[in-house]
Amino acid sequence: MIEIKNLNKVFGDRQVLFDINAVFEPGKCNLIIGQSGSGKTVLMKCLVGLLEPTSGSIIYSGIDFTKASENERKKIRQEIGMVFQGGALFDSMTCEENVAFPLRMFTDWNKSKIADRVKFCLDRVNLSHAHKLYPSEISGGMKKRVAIARAIALNPKYLFFDEPNSGLDPQTGIVIDQLIQEITREFNTTTIVNTHDMNSVVEIGDKIIYIRKGYKHWEGDSSSIVKSNNPELIDFIFATKLLKRVQKTF
Amino acid sequence: MLKYLDNFGRYCLLIIRSFSKSPKASVMRELIVRELDNLGIGSLYIVSIISFFMGAVAAIQLAANIDSPLIPMSTVGYGTRETIILEFSPTVIALILAGKVGSNIASEIGTMRVTEQIDALEIMGVNSANYLIFPKIIASLIINPILTVISMILGIYGGYLACTTTGLLDGTTYLYGATMDFKTFHFIYALIKSAVFAFVIASVSAFRGYYVEGGSQEVGKASTKAVVNSSISILLWNFILTRLLLL
Repeated sequence: MIEIKNLNKVFGDRQVLFDINAVFEPGKCNLIIGQSGSGKTVLMKCLVGLLEPTSGSIIYSGIDFTKASENERKKIRQEIGMVFQGGALFDSMTCEENVAFPLRMFTDWNKSKIADRVKFCLDRVNLSHAHKLYPSEISGGMKKRVAIARAIALNPKYLFFDEPNSGLDPQTGIVIDQLIQEITREFNTTTIVNTHDMNSVVEIGDKIIYIRKGYKHWEGDSSSIVKSNNPELIDFIFATKLLKRVQKTF
Repeated sequence: MLKYLDNFGRYCLLIIRSFSKSPKASVMRELIVRELDNLGIGSLYIVSIISFFMGAVAAIQLAANIDSPLIPMSTVGYGTRETIILEFSPTVIALILAGKVGSNIASEIGTMRVTEQIDALEIMGVNSANYLIFPKIIASLIINPILTVISMILGIYGGYLACTTTGLLDGTTYLYGATMDFKTFHFIYALIKSAVFAFVIASVSAFRGYYVEGGSQEVGKASTKAVVNSSISILLWNFILTRLLLL
């Protein structure tokens, strides 16, 4: 479980996050949604430790990450898997080397045990055939799947996804969403997804937090979001003409 | 001025970070071997060509400028050896490597920064500075003195071939001069310089790449800055080391 308490983030004289409070439970897909520039990426970067919050706490299973020692942070980080917007695969390594990377760095496993785990992870994302390919030789959707395989290699307790569907066609986006949901249930991970993809919101949003201008503006789940009376939220989720038509069917 | 001090401070902190908290020894060994291949073997061809012709031109110029019958022609071999060992091989080769290796390091690390690969390392709990920079510094410290020695041999041999093939000087006289009054300390001085320059090239270029912000255009700018900063640092350190070690 991850708890955020009174989180604030200020860059110079500009405050980006205001007093954010939230609880993310294991086995659920927790979505952070919001317009570009709303502060959701900053929130995720604070959660994974790439940015230091100005004030407030981020508690990972009882340990305050913001006040943790370097060793405690390292331990927590080894329980985190993250999938970046562009995949962030190491381009000098093949897909299987990318997945094997955290295993080689943080386990004392022998080569055959690592190879077994890599095979399992690549099979899990249906990419066992691409193990010898380099990131430059595979499609955007495949890169995301390899990144997911790398993220789950160490059996993480916490999984973070930054815009997992950006740059993908809707069908591939659905495949990625299903994969995220399946992995969350299968490994009971606390999954946090940063997105503005409305399909993801409806399909996998067990818990949704809407960030607007740095404030937590709304919290709920996928069934309540479409029935919400919050005007800003409704404007955001039914932004396109197509979605406005769909809204009328609810 | 404050900007320069800030950059210098960040550079020092990054280098300290790169020398702390190594991953498993087997992983680090593998990375160093890979960098030896990337930075060293990859530079062997250009270093060889430049050294050979540098030696050849130095010998011809020396021979062409000795007019007085009072100066023995063996001075050509002596002069070529001294210029090659003292300056050409350690400094000129370092400047060339600053262009080749420095831009390579800065663009590699810079691209990793803008494509979030460094963030991915950090989130996994890997000390990215150590993982990316330390092997490059160690590999450069190992390979640069070796390249410098190869450059010295090829430079002196280039001078020999230039003199003998053009008929400016016979081989025996050149070799007599080239082996005359050899000071071992000059050789050690050259190796010390090449090691210091290796550290400068790897660390300054890595620093420029590590702190890139933006996209591909910024990676290109960082690469250029890496070459310029490394070259200026090499010239400055060349002056300091010469003053400290030779005077």
